[in-house]
Amino acid sequence: MGAVSARPDPPPAVLDVAGLSVRTGDHALVEDVSFHLGAGERVGLIGESGSGKSLTALAIMGLLPDELSASGHIRLREVERDLLSASETERSTLRGDRLGMVFQEPMTALNPLMRVGAQVAEVLRIHGAVSGREAATDRARDLLAAVELPDPERIARRYPHQLSGGQRQRVMLAMALANGPDLLICDEPTTALDVTVQAQMLKLIDDGVAARDSALLFISHDLAVVATVCDRILVMYGGRIVEAGPTRALLTRPRHPYTEGLMAASDLEAVDAAGRLPTIAGSVPPDGRFPDGCVFRNRCPRGDDACQAWPGWTGEQHDGVACWYPSGSGREAGRG
Amino acid sequence: MLVQLARRTAILLASLVVASILVFWFMWVLPGDPAQVALGTGATEEAVAEMQARFGTDRPVPVQYLDWVTGLPQLDFGQSYVTGAAIGPLIIDRLLVSLWLIGAGMLVALVIAVPLGTLSAVHHRRPLGTALAGVSQVGIAIPNFLAGILLIGLVSVSWQLLPAGGWVPPDQDVVQFLRRLLLPALSLGVIEGAVLARYVRSTVLNVLREDFLRTARAKGLTPGRALVRHGLRNAAVPVVTVLGLQLAVLLVGAVVVERVFVVPGLGSLLLDGVANRDLLLVQGVVMVLVVAVLLLNYLVDVLYTVLDPRLRATA
Ligand SMILES: Nc1ncnc2c1ncn2[C@@H]1O[C@H](COP(=O)(O)OP(=O)(O)OP(=O)(O)O)[C@@H](O)[C@H]1O
Ligand code: SF4
Ligand SMILES: [Mg+2]
Repeated sequence: MGAVSARPDPPPAVLDVAGLSVRTGDHALVEDVSFHLGAGERVGLIGESGSGKSLTALAIMGLLPDELSASGHIRLREVERDLLSASETERSTLRGDRLGMVFQEPMTALNPLMRVGAQVAEVLRIHGAVSGREAATDRARDLLAAVELPDPERIARRYPHQLSGGQRQRVMLAMALANGPDLLICDEPTTALDVTVQAQMLKLIDDGVAARDSALLFISHDLAVVATVCDRILVMYGGRIVEAGPTRALLTRPRHPYTEGLMAASDLEAVDAAGRLPTIAGSVPPDGRFPDGCVFRNRCPRGDDACQAWPGWTGEQHDGVACWYPSGSGREAGRG
Repeated sequence: MLVQLARRTAILLASLVVASILVFWFMWVLPGDPAQVALGTGATEEAVAEMQARFGTDRPVPVQYLDWVTGLPQLDFGQSYVTGAAIGPLIIDRLLVSLWLIGAGMLVALVIAVPLGTLSAVHHRRPLGTALAGVSQVGIAIPNFLAGILLIGLVSVSWQLLPAGGWVPPDQDVVQFLRRLLLPALSLGVIEGAVLARYVRSTVLNVLREDFLRTARAKGLTPGRALVRHGLRNAAVPVVTVLGLQLAVLLVGAVVVERVFVVPGLGSLLLDGVANRDLLLVQGVVMVLVVAVLLLNYLVDVLYTVLDPRLRATA
């Protein structure tokens, strides 16, 4: 590719995902997912359990389980090669350095036989951020202090089972941020934590990415949590992105019936005529087998025959919807 | 951790006492009075009574037990009813030989099991993994005395590479010692390696699915390095348990293998003792075997807490 493009390129995105699909042997679990993240941008990925959020994150990290395969394109700024066609070794050098990730389950994500200080120090040494054991230990202690762990010197010598869930998740965050990644992915980092600890953790994530100007992909099924952290939101359902938009606009004027359902479900004031909290009718189909056409068809109050075909994307990549009858378009009138 | 160690040690001591009672009682209820056996069927009653007085078997059973058991810590196992020789030094001599054999067998087993099990776990979706798992299946099906006979047939008789049996102590001639150790150690260890490889494989497979291994890769380790740095030690915990149990199996296997290769170990001593109806000798050897098994289990438990910090009580 020697030829220089005549058109000036737009400012490069940190991460550009295009047409990403993740498949098991016979069907797609994630299909045709496209989005991009700019430097320092915080984007929320939201959806019910089983919608494909974690698989999207793992595909970006290159950590999908063996039995799943990814196709499409994933580009990282300043990396020549498409990540999906890069070798395992190339991807290893990016992980932990330019890509950091905090996993959902703090209880099992750390090595139970290794002191947490050593686990933080390891990510520094793998990428040659510091030379020598002692320097790594010192730097690890500073990182633990930066995630506001009390008495980091002492915590560093502890084993994971001696820490609380919140403390372990801070250790995970310290590890993920250690080398100042271009992109931090947090997969439901606070779901397993209680509410007060959750708020502290969110603030640490917020500060951590701000200090490094890292892009943040924040995965959650909790709309309120995403709204406090993110500039933009991607709504995922049935392995597809069904709506995208700036946080405020998406929350005030949701277009997709699924987004509306999520909002109604998270609005604790709202009760229906029978005094029950509203929920989205039906549930996610088991083992990820969503209907053809519009994946939300079997639960949608608005659907009709047209919805047997996938509606396609309307609008910009970062601000659009995939629905035949989005709210506010006028087309939904007289339905539902 | 110290509290735990103390408790585990107390359990060990208690089981040693119980084991000694059981072993003693078992030998005592076996038919055949030692004095009668020693003198033959034609002996007079007075001669038998005199012999019983010499052996001390005319005393009350609890006294006999106490006499025997209090000698054990000083490695005094009494004198053989048949030969009159002190049993202690004999057992120690033979035990050393058996320890060499079992140690070498274990080493062979580990050298086979760890790479074989790990590789077949890592490649479990590919033909290599299936092939390796198949090899260990075949290995398990072969009893080790058969492996021994096969090895003798091939290596010693057909190819004339190594002696078919016998023993030379290491302090006498190291080369001859190793030449004679190799075949019995292989026939003991190869089969054991196949058994152990299956445990290593399933443990490594479990570890590969662990979240923390994914974290290790998320930090930038390649899958192989993640497994070596974070996986194997975690896999070692369950493997050590099985290893402890399998050592007991090796102990029994050694009895047979010593016979096949004419190795003068504890196993040979036991079989000789049985053949000569040398009850006190058999009692001593059985006791040593039982102590060895109990001690192994104790060491495995201690090793656990060294390997896994979660098992160290906070108290
Ligand atoms: N290894 C796998 N093999 C087959 N199906 C899988 C595998 N891993 C995940 N899936 C399926 O893919 C779908 C999406 O899973 P994913 O973990 O991405 O959901 P999620 O949105 O992260 O949900 P949660 O909120 O529960 O974490 C689910 O239906 C899940 O059952
Ligand atoms: S496309 Fe049809 S079924 Fe799907 S969300 Fe829109 S209205 Fe509902
Ligand atoms: Mg998930």
